Amino acid sequence: MKKFFLGLILTTLALSLTAGPTLANKLLLINGAGGTFPYPLYSKWFYEYAKIEPVNFNYQAIGSGAGIKQITERTVDFGASDAALTDKQMKQAPGLLHIPMTAGAVVISYNLPQVTQRLKFTPDVLADIYLGKITKWNDPRISRINPGANLPNEGILVAHRSDGSGTTNIFTSYLSSVSPEWKKKVGFSTSVNWPVGLGGKGNQGVSGIIKQAEGGMGYIELAYAITNNLPYADLQNKAGNFITPTIETTTEAINGALSHMPDDFRVSCVNPGGANAYPISGVTWILVYKNQPNHVIGEELVKFLRWAITDGQKYSVDLLYAPLPESMVKKIEQRIDEINY
Amino acid sequence: MNIYKRRKIINAFMCSATFICATITLLPLISIFIYVLSKGASSLNISFFTHLPRPVGEPGGGMGNAILGTLTLIGLTCLWAIPVGVLSGVYLAEFGNNKFGAVVRFSADLLNGVPSIVIGIFAYILFVVPMKTFSALSGAFALGLIMIPTVMRTTEEILLLVPRTIREAALALGISQFRMTISIVLKTALPGIVTGILLAIARIAGETAPLLFTALGNEFWQRGIMQPIAAMPLQIFAYAISPFDDWHRQAWAASFVLITIIFLMNFISRLVIYLQRKSLKAK
Amino acid sequence: MLTALSVTALTLLLIYSMVTNALPAIQKFGWHFLFTSTWDPVKEIFGALPFIYGTLVSSALALLIAVPISLGIAIYLAELAPQFIRQPLSFLIELLAAIPSVVYGFWGIFGLAPFLRTAVQPFLSKYLGFLPLFQGQFFGVGMLTAGIILSIMIIPTISSISREVFLAVPSNQREAATALGATRWETIRLAVLGYSKTGVWGAVILGLGRAIGETMAVTMVIGNRPQISVSLFAPGYTMASVIANEFTEATGKLYLSSLVEIGVILFFLTLIINGIARFLIWKVSNKAKGRIRE
Repeated sequence: MKKFFLGLILTTLALSLTAGPTLANKLLLINGAGGTFPYPLYSKWFYEYAKIEPVNFNYQAIGSGAGIKQITERTVDFGASDAALTDKQMKQAPGLLHIPMTAGAVVISYNLPQVTQRLKFTPDVLADIYLGKITKWNDPRISRINPGANLPNEGILVAHRSDGSGTTNIFTSYLSSVSPEWKKKVGFSTSVNWPVGLGGKGNQGVSGIIKQAEGGMGYIELAYAITNNLPYADLQNKAGNFITPTIETTTEAINGALSHMPDDFRVSCVNPGGANAYPISGVTWILVYKNQPNHVIGEELVKFLRWAITDGQKYSVDLLYAPLPESMVKKIEQRIDEINY
Repeated sequence: MNIYKRRKIINAFMCSATFICATITLLPLISIFIYVLSKGASSLNISFFTHLPRPVGEPGGGMGNAILGTLTLIGLTCLWAIPVGVLSGVYLAEFGNNKFGAVVRFSADLLNGVPSIVIGIFAYILFVVPMKTFSALSGAFALGLIMIPTVMRTTEEILLLVPRTIREAALALGISQFRMTISIVLKTALPGIVTGILLAIARIAGETAPLLFTALGNEFWQRGIMQPIAAMPLQIFAYAISPFDDWHRQAWAASFVLITIIFLMNFISRLVIYLQRKSLKAK
Repeated sequence: MLTALSVTALTLLLIYSMVTNALPAIQKFGWHFLFTSTWDPVKEIFGALPFIYGTLVSSALALLIAVPISLGIAIYLAELAPQFIRQPLSFLIELLAAIPSVVYGFWGIFGLAPFLRTAVQPFLSKYLGFLPLFQGQFFGVGMLTAGIILSIMIIPTISSISREVFLAVPSNQREAATALGATRWETIRLAVLGYSKTGVWGAVILGLGRAIGETMAVTMVIGNRPQISVSLFAPGYTMASVIANEFTEATGKLYLSSLVEIGVILFFLTLIINGIARFLIWKVSNKAKGRIRE
């Protein structure tokens, strides 16, 4: 009995320890962790990249805050975040580079089966919903900008992220830029003290809440809304036009931000000036150290980053991310060249 | 209404209430079974066991790495937790009738009561931060901390059940106390200890919380114990909170596999107890 | 000996490393940490009250549901059920304890929460809506859902221990009551329940200990919102879930140590609860079997 049992454990162990590496052909494994915002694109990239290069990238979408934290602690080989590090965070992680990878839009998604047209929101209405001042779908302030919409007399089930998130950072930066009250009461960060709403973990978690509850609404990344067949709203931009989030309107927003792009690429693209710019857009970064501690991993990382910002960009459109503008790619390549390994 | 009638009615009412309680409790069990069976079993196929997860939108893909990862984690955990647990249990039963024994017993109880999420933090601080990598090793460490108190206390309890006469007979034959413990007492108590171990394994197989900050998860096949590793509970968690129907199906299938493994463990351990009782009766 | 020592050493190390890592938050916030309800990572102000509240309320709710049901099961299994049902039924109920917490959470999201939102919550609000407990929007997820899931998870613990305690009641107690002409229920109430009160309390408190530390299932259904609300429909947050959600990404030092401090609180809370439970069970086992060791 004892021998049988011991044998069972040892066999399992031996099997699992040897089977893993054999099945994987001893490929190099590079670990990364970070935002859920670019996760659909990254998992596509890593899947395609593994076909052409003998290296596996393991990316765990655990939130941008976690990406920043784990790369600061150096527990992963690269981090990913949709929120740039603050100056204070940069001090804890000297030599960390922000490499822009792609851009995306954060959309306001909702679950109202009886509403057939695309809803419209103005910045102040959106801010007041998240401040808890507008609580019903048929509030006159919502129905005034959405004439003809069959808005129910139901509570708005506001959803937000429960984890630290770059999507939250983009969204709260936007609210802070349009609503002085929001800026004063809540502010912006990867996680904030929400006045109302339910928390879901990750873009997946928030879309999950919206999808499962009638009357739900929340902010998620465009790709998540489309792959889940969730409707999303038009938003009024700085120029006063109601803009549907698309790749084009996102690219326009990024172009609007190019003029004030700093050298370290830590740029905020919310509420830009262009006539057709969607106001809640942002770039997302991969975070790597300038001085790579491991030669092999450093070399493969650099190779991948180059591929991603050039050849990899063609996968963006299908997954509803906005490709990086040409002029920016040149600058980013220069930055990648600076990585030592 | 006379008092006899009232007493009778109360009696009937309360007795049937207890029966209803038992039935009500089975409802969630049945409901979970139905969900797992109807959604999980139908999504099972060969590629589920052999393939890696695919990106959203790519057809096919499975959870082979997570199944293997869970088995590896269990194996690694057993490798250190069983010796430590069993030996400590032996110590407590045979030599632990003193102050130090009481301290050890108390700390095992403490450890047993620590929420698994706190154990996860501990393993993160102790292993992940200094080693600068998430790893299977740290996951196995965390799981071990959960497993040890259970194994230890069951070992102790079972050993105490071994009749004094057997011990005395062995000692009278002139063998050392150490030999007596190893070859006589342990052997007699073995089925009980195995049962305890199996139940402990069944418990850690489904643990998610302590793995969040230790094993992390891995989308590929594992690379040794110093790298992040996939595990079924982690994968179920990640897929369950996702909005993709494909991933939900995968998560139900994984739940099905995980529950099957755990129930099998429970069943085997019961079988062991049953066989032992039978053989004792035969004697 | 060495291995036994290592268990103690590991436990001490665990306490030590938790407390040192929590020190910055303890020093900064002091007792306020326990009694304030702002959780603001932007301004780095942390108060754990909503989490403590959420943990206590969800666990209390779980006990409220689980205790009567578990006792019913235990009585049925120990006293009333026909012999051939006892083994299979108790096996089935113990299977509930074997289902992994993450699967409970998964089922909670897709099975229980929609059911509560569309059937139970409207019903409660219609007939008991005058109570502040049952007011507000129906989210499906929330405190009530967490309480129900937790109760399912702790029923096996409470019922199996209570059953053992009932079985340990000497049969002369029952015989005496029956001889005096008591009905079956009166025998159970007077002889069995009366005799095993302490042990049942122990079982209940052990169940409480389990409910308080439970993480994954609760995280998936409680709504994850740090607020204190009277309504059971409202979302809440527990200590264990906030650690699970925010620990890997807490960037600032103070943020991190606040989360660890929550871990420390959780640790001591379960410590006290398990201590009480152990004491009660120990007392009852001494009473039943006389002194067995120590």
